[in-house]
Amino acid sequence: MHTETKDYDNDLRIARPIVEGKRTLKQIDDAIIAPLDRLPNIKFWIAISFTLTLLMVGAIALGLSFYYGTGLWGNNNPVGWALPIVNFVFWVGIGHAGTLISAILFLLRQRWRNGIARFAEAMTIFAVITALIFPIIHTGRPWVAAVYLLPYPNQHSLWVNFTSPLLWDVFAVSTYFTVSFVFWYVGLIPDFAVLRDRATGKIKKLLYSVFSLGWRFSNRHWKHYEMMYLILAGMATPLVLSVHTIVSFDFAVSILPGWHTTIFPPYFVAGAIFSGFAMVQNSLVIIRKIFDMEDLIPISTLELMNKIILLTGMMVGYAYTMEFFIAWYSGNQPETFAFVNRAFGPYAWAYWIMFSCNVFIPQLFWFKKVRRNLFLMFIIAVFVNVGMWFERFVITVTSLSRDFLPSSWAYYTPTITDFAILIGSFGLFFTLVLIFVRVLPAIAIAEIKAVTEQGQPSHTHLHIGNGKSNEAH
Amino acid sequence: MIKENLYAISALFDTPDSIMKAADNISTEYKRFDVNTPYPVHGMDDAMKLTPSRIGYFTISIGLFCMSFMLYFMYWSNSVDYPQVIGGKPFFAFPAYVPIMFEITILTGAVLSVAMMISVLFKFPNNAHPLHDSGYMKAVSSDKYGIYVEAKDSNFDYSKLEKQFKELGASSVSPIYYDEEEVDWKPNTWDPKFVIGTIGIAILTSFSVYMHMNKVLFMVPFDWMMNQERADYGETSEFFADGYSMRVAPVGTIARGFIPYQYDSPDSASKYMTNPTVASEHNLELGQRKFLTYCSPCHGNMAEGASRLKGNMPPGPDLRTEFYQNFTDGRFYHTITKGKGIMAGYESQITREERWAIINYIRTLQKAFGTPVVKTEEEIAENSETKTEASE
Repeated sequence: MHTETKDYDNDLRIARPIVEGKRTLKQIDDAIIAPLDRLPNIKFWIAISFTLTLLMVGAIALGLSFYYGTGLWGNNNPVGWALPIVNFVFWVGIGHAGTLISAILFLLRQRWRNGIARFAEAMTIFAVITALIFPIIHTGRPWVAAVYLLPYPNQHSLWVNFTSPLLWDVFAVSTYFTVSFVFWYVGLIPDFAVLRDRATGKIKKLLYSVFSLGWRFSNRHWKHYEMMYLILAGMATPLVLSVHTIVSFDFAVSILPGWHTTIFPPYFVAGAIFSGFAMVQNSLVIIRKIFDMEDLIPISTLELMNKIILLTGMMVGYAYTMEFFIAWYSGNQPETFAFVNRAFGPYAWAYWIMFSCNVFIPQLFWFKKVRRNLFLMFIIAVFVNVGMWFERFVITVTSLSRDFLPSSWAYYTPTITDFAILIGSFGLFFTLVLIFVRVLPAIAIAEIKAVTEQGQPSHTHLHIGNGKSNEAH
Repeated sequence: MIKENLYAISALFDTPDSIMKAADNISTEYKRFDVNTPYPVHGMDDAMKLTPSRIGYFTISIGLFCMSFMLYFMYWSNSVDYPQVIGGKPFFAFPAYVPIMFEITILTGAVLSVAMMISVLFKFPNNAHPLHDSGYMKAVSSDKYGIYVEAKDSNFDYSKLEKQFKELGASSVSPIYYDEEEVDWKPNTWDPKFVIGTIGIAILTSFSVYMHMNKVLFMVPFDWMMNQERADYGETSEFFADGYSMRVAPVGTIARGFIPYQYDSPDSASKYMTNPTVASEHNLELGQRKFLTYCSPCHGNMAEGASRLKGNMPPGPDLRTEFYQNFTDGRFYHTITKGKGIMAGYESQITREERWAIINYIRTLQKAFGTPVVKTEEEIAENSETKTEASE
């Protein structure tokens, strides 16, 4: 395990991974591009076989669902929105950490983000791709479903319903995906140019030339590029907050007790960042092991992420308790019932899994030893992911299974096909992550170079303060 | 020494400080120069005397423009093209449009700005620039800081610049040449490779669209809902023991709206049935319409017994006579339902409500046209064989 001799916690102005290694700019290129240049090691093959197996399980379950129909799933009459929407909300939430790291922490001038921003952005894109599968397959006929989502009149000349949160969702998630992708690609252009100029093979060179668009590192271009990056970060920040807000509107705008609450938007956003950071942390711990990147992604970065997990975990815990208070304070009987039923009803087991995983277990991060212990932090983040998945399960299923009309109450049990699809979604996500780290620079080369000590002109040395973008003034 | 196709003279520096100094120095004298650095060096815009980027104005204008367009589009589709009340909201539900307006602003602002920056400001993609593949480019993409002055600059002087760069501390100075082949290259529309490639892509696209629309969409399970498995009547069934897919209704089943008629004689009908309808204007209109359709061919337009059947069928009796005035409604109803003599029953053609409406209409005609000569039943039977004139 990588141990540190010097504590860089109080010096966030410079990118620590590079400083620790005291690399020259050339060595930075070599270190970051190393996984692309050499053949993958045995750890990579083991990992990708495992994730592809998971993906295969999901693909078989999906194939069976398409062939025999969605009756293979556990969705029943009151619980029509079951695991597909749970998985959708879960995966969209995972994506939020990426944008938070790449945009919000960028605007807040958190230098430590530079080492993991590219990776987190890629995770956002893969998480949103994974999430988008679920609403599409929930329609039962995914190959025609995409058409119904577009603002396009049907054969009766009827337009889509622009006042429906479900349509807002379509706009929010597709905008989120597109803007995240553009943000990610804009960041990749200079790195493609670096790869192009290092490439030896003809095909590699051709591909990198195409994707770098002919980038020349011209300062007349950097001027616009930096401004554009700042604008994109500025726009992605409200966007990321809006996406899970709108996802929560799917629930909050309906009148079902347990869904119809105004706390949902901030509560969902905090939960999204919470689970997203747990997932980024999990992936980073795995990736730095597989690709031997221990010195590029130092444990101090992971420790800072653990602090954010602790913070957002407590925000989520606050929301859980506040929901109970509001249910009692409102004096609304169905509302009170919904919450008592949630904690002590037939789904109490799910509720208490959620509560302990999300609120109690992350409290261990108060201890510095735990925050810096790779094994423990990994386990805790896994618990957080489990807990956040159960949060969406609890919200969706408990409210639906017992609504206003007791005669329609029913208990929902997911089937093995449901779980196989969930497993497959993890397979898809981690397969994409592994392929990404293998074929693209997982750390933004130009961003890292800009925040090295040697990379700063001396007259600005004392007020570095701003890294990637020395924002156009 | 200097070739015709000289593009620029370039110099490489080792530190950010030296490139700042060089850029500051060169920018006072030359216009067509550029600095290439592996990352944006802080303060370089000032050293090069560049104006700040104004790309933000484009972003905000295009974002707001597309947002207004989207607002208009939502207004038009929900209030003009196909107005619908949804959830009791007004047609133009502005607060419910805000989320989509917001998303559209971000989407178009971000995507169009980046597209504009890449295509208009950078003039990308451009992989044919003379700098590409030069040693200079390879150095600045990694760890060197480069500056070059184009040969087209009005003050360009190779030897003077070479000296100037050396004085500024350049680690190496080198000329950059146009690649002659690339400079002279012009796109040729009739290049066989291009033509064959275009035709190939067209054929491939057409073929895949054809396969998709005609084959894939009709393949199990990717077919349409109308093609799903179901049992049609008249088909044999392997599922049911009797082999019929058409099922027989359980004994005693009554179809909706078809209450069986339970009287078998005019007397019982007249005894137990009364007219449940009121002779309103609407009801009489219905009665008139149905009377003219079903009754008038034999009974005449005014129920006067004037048949239009020109002797092919015996005419019906005059329904306004006292004999028929004394009929109860139930008796009329039974006759219409079951028929009488050569008159067929109209149970399957005329609904129950319409039958009562016809009876109301006949009553109106009886009242309107008074009581004609009292006839015995035999006389009526006689009269029925000859055409009678409408009285009054």
